[in-house]
Amino acid sequence: MSNEKYTEDHEWLRPEEDGTVTVGITDYAQEQLGDIVFIELPETGASFEADSEMAIVESVKAAGDVKIPLAGEVLEVNERLVDEPELVNSDPIGEGWFIKISINSIDDLNSLMDESQYQEFISDL
Amino acid sequence: MKNSQSEELLKTPLYSLHNELNARMVAFAGYEMPVQYPTGIRNEHDYTRNTASLFDISHMGQIEIKGDNVAQALETLVPSEICGLQTHHQRYTVFTNDNGGILDDLMVTRLTDSFLLVVNAACKIQDFQYLKKQLNNISGIEWVDAALLAVQGPDAQRIMSQFNNSLAEMPFLSAMQTRIDGIDCLVHRCGYTGEDGYEISVSAGHAEQLARHLLRDERLKPAGLGARDSLRLEAGLCLYGHDLDESSTPIEADLNWVVAKKYRSDTAQPTNFPGADIILSQVHNGAGRIRRGFLPDSKMPVREGATIFNSNGEKAGIITSGGYGQSIGKPVCMGYLDIKYEDSNDYHVNIRGKDISLIKTPLPFVRHRYYK
Repeated sequence: MSNEKYTEDHEWLRPEEDGTVTVGITDYAQEQLGDIVFIELPETGASFEADSEMAIVESVKAAGDVKIPLAGEVLEVNERLVDEPELVNSDPIGEGWFIKISINSIDDLNSLMDESQYQEFISDL
Repeated sequence: MKNSQSEELLKTPLYSLHNELNARMVAFAGYEMPVQYPTGIRNEHDYTRNTASLFDISHMGQIEIKGDNVAQALETLVPSEICGLQTHHQRYTVFTNDNGGILDDLMVTRLTDSFLLVVNAACKIQDFQYLKKQLNNISGIEWVDAALLAVQGPDAQRIMSQFNNSLAEMPFLSAMQTRIDGIDCLVHRCGYTGEDGYEISVSAGHAEQLARHLLRDERLKPAGLGARDSLRLEAGLCLYGHDLDESSTPIEADLNWVVAKKYRSDTAQPTNFPGADIILSQVHNGAGRIRRGFLPDSKMPVREGATIFNSNGEKAGIITSGGYGQSIGKPVCMGYLDIKYEDSNDYHVNIRGKDISLIKTPLPFVRHRYYK
């Protein structure tokens, strides 16, 4: 059973054992965007407010932004996405992760959707 | 043809085939059209450049004009030579307005006893009404109830020649009537990808049968409007409503060649197409702005609407088409540059607070490989 949490903007957040949170976009999001050709990632060490723009995703069709509804700090970015943005299409919740962050409290994730709630959410779109 | 969300979208004769092929359908110019198939836009783009793809472009308008002196009549609407167009030859041209702006761009073919016009889907209703009004002494202006399929790519010739050998050697921008799988087709050697290819006009009732027959050749795979757009952009070809509109003249659009020689020469013949004075003045004296291609110095795509600045931060132009150039592996864009800034090569756009340099680059980005 996966423990990813989901936003209505189609990001996933996964609490890791070391207390960090890995963030990416969902399979639904990459499917809607189509072939991804460019990703702009934040700087490591940057702190951010809730709902701030964390990354930009450009596909062959459109640009999208990645916003998460929590405040925190960027611990690590997935540098592979600079040269291989297509990883987000091929493996959005695996090798296509965007950033690792720290947040004030892991409990803040509880307000987000779990996988079954997210599946229900996208089935209504 | 303006489409609002509430209006029912039109379907092309290949609609059920697109669904069977799991196309992702989108609204485009009032039609429900395939933007991509499961392989995705980048694969479809590459496959077209390397092998061959089948595109459904049945949303485009096909108008047949029959009657006396049609060529002379059409020359009152377009800046191109139509009277001298040979039978079964095709020409790219534009309808102009009184300001020299472009109402639509189109292909014109002289058939044995009529002319065929292929016009943009989004403009086709206006174009038809315009033709009826402007050519009111010609009664034979009619829609052709036909689908239009494009076979594009370096293998197009081999694929098509198995149906009729003479399709292999038909010249670029020529037309031929033939039968494929027993179906009457009007085949043109033309396209919108920069590759060799064909466009096949076929009656709506036989379009699906033809498409299925073509796809039986395993070299040919379906491609959607997404790849069609990235292919035409790399080929430096204009998209109406983006790179061309009522405020841009053919000279500004760097399409001087659409203006017939007979109007441009020293012993010029009198003209009667709309906006001729403005267009010919621009032919001789230049236009205030010009369409140019640019390579952004970044992996970030630069898209339509971005303002082009010069090194002093002055507004130098605007991007009208931009995206990812799959075949050259980086973003490409084109737009209009104010002629004052044409001699510089220090341009940038600002996207989300970041300056991205633009390198002015001769069009096309990818060499045309038309059959010659």
